[in-house]
Amino acid sequence: MSHSALDSGKAAEGSKPPANPEPDGPTQAPPIRKRRRSFLPYGLIAPAAILELLIHIGPMLLGVWIAFISLTQLNLTNWLNAPFVGLQNFINGLNPESTIGQAFFSTVGRTLLYTILVVGFSWVLGMAGAVFLSSNFKGRALLRTFFLVPYALPAYVGTIAWAFMFNQRDGAVNQILVDTLHLFGDHRPFWLLGENSFGAMVVVNVWQLWPFAFLMLMAALQNVPNDVYEAAAIDGATLWQQFRTITLPMVRPANGVLLMVMSLWTFNQFNIPFVLFGATSPKEATLISPLIYQNSFGSWNFGLGGAMSVLLLIALFIASVFYIRMVLPKGADND
Amino acid sequence: MIETRKFRILRNVVLTVLSLWVAIPLFVVVSTSIKPLKDVAGLFQWIPREITLAPYFDIWTTVPLAKYFQNSLIITIAATACSVTVAVLAAYAIARLPFKGKRAFSLTVLSTQMFPGILFLLPLYLIFTQIRNITGLQLQGSYLGLIITYMTFTLPFAIWMLSGYFASIPKELEEASMIDGTGRMGALFRVILPVAKPGIIAVAVYSFISAWGEVLFASVLTNESTKTLSLGLKAYASESDVFWNQLMAASVVVSLPVLIGFILVQRHLVAGLSAGAVK
Repeated sequence: MSHSALDSGKAAEGSKPPANPEPDGPTQAPPIRKRRRSFLPYGLIAPAAILELLIHIGPMLLGVWIAFISLTQLNLTNWLNAPFVGLQNFINGLNPESTIGQAFFSTVGRTLLYTILVVGFSWVLGMAGAVFLSSNFKGRALLRTFFLVPYALPAYVGTIAWAFMFNQRDGAVNQILVDTLHLFGDHRPFWLLGENSFGAMVVVNVWQLWPFAFLMLMAALQNVPNDVYEAAAIDGATLWQQFRTITLPMVRPANGVLLMVMSLWTFNQFNIPFVLFGATSPKEATLISPLIYQNSFGSWNFGLGGAMSVLLLIALFIASVFYIRMVLPKGADND
Repeated sequence: MIETRKFRILRNVVLTVLSLWVAIPLFVVVSTSIKPLKDVAGLFQWIPREITLAPYFDIWTTVPLAKYFQNSLIITIAATACSVTVAVLAAYAIARLPFKGKRAFSLTVLSTQMFPGILFLLPLYLIFTQIRNITGLQLQGSYLGLIITYMTFTLPFAIWMLSGYFASIPKELEEASMIDGTGRMGALFRVILPVAKPGIIAVAVYSFISAWGEVLFASVLTNESTKTLSLGLKAYASESDVFWNQLMAASVVVSLPVLIGFILVQRHLVAGLSAGAVK
């Protein structure tokens, strides 16, 4: 491919003076070249920069503004004239002594716990899959693709499948747990209501997320040469010791970003609760994104939703600083 | 690891458990999709007592599935095409050219990639309202409105992944081309793009998949005529009857395009994700 491109470049050379391929006059060639170089990058990023302004930066600034105005269903279509109320939304909604404030802070805590559980389980399953699929055996490629299916499936499809399994008293989950394993005696628990709903949501999210950990960890493990393990085995290291002293350190560089990315996705999770429970989650399973959604588009309390969004924005900004430090190598500007 | 006997036994156990964990929900979807409605309620049956393909024909008439399909296709393809086109140019600049403000631009792209849609939903809704008040252009419930909002997550991802791909292509390739007189842009279009084609396709497929599964923006910004699949499937379950068998059949049908696309490009996707996201 590159060869043909090079050849066509050479063919074009014949028609132009080789020293100065630019169509502009030969006398001013050096300064023009220099100026061009400095404008070209801006031309290239211009469309992306304009779009970033329109779809990210502008809306984010507006989002902060919303937190400081009184925006309700009544003045939604005429929001430019909504009254400025200062910190009132934060004071009303996020007072830890009010019911709304308590709901907010317990939601933040719950979302953190949810993130730890989902990311933790996903990492363990992904690691197990990656370790055992990095050895060669028949059917390896097939299994590798198969494990990725939950990740490739539209999120709502995987969630609908689980909703069906959890949903009915007579669904597949209760059939396995109650009828086959006899875990709850005669009692058939409901999984999408009350306290169980939190656990059900964790299960669904782990099912969808673990293939991503598997994918990334497998890519990281591919760099480990097998003779390292051979040497360790000759020295009498057990499988567990090999895992602890070779495998784990080898994936450490990949781990930081992997855990960070998975945590952010999980912390911001909206799709799974929305499909599993509908627009309003059970109070034991409400996460931060659905809570903001419920306040804004459920009870039309946009100011409160805005105030919560601002806090979320601040938290994510802090998280993104850490993320960027891990992802962007130092001196990325210089190349 | 070394393939001792113990390792092999452990491997078989772990891989069997993982396979079942992945397979059970998939099996439930497929087996429910080929059952008659009378067998879907009540105690779940693992083996269908009676097999029928009727749900696969009925899904198109119970709800306007073809219309939802069309809506999803238009919005997803448009958002993906716009993102990838804009991202190719920006990603090339990030990967190859020195310029002032590069770090600020990269940081913006990187951090907006991590922000949830919920932060952008209400502001964009208000901006759309204002545009309608001023120009009469109706963006709520329109294809254009959804395409714009879908770019909030497809664009930063595409820029970031593609700059990873471009950075991994040897500089010598375009230097040779530029010495031969193609210029920067000529080198980009005639040398870099053909070489990066698998990566670009993988990024496009991945953007397509994430837009295809989007729920949040669709739940607020669509109306009856622009509803996408992610919301349209709810219609099988919203009446007093829940047509679980049809819902599962429809799930299979809407999953197939993205599943096939994913399997075709997964090798390049892994390379790109591990180069771009996980260094």
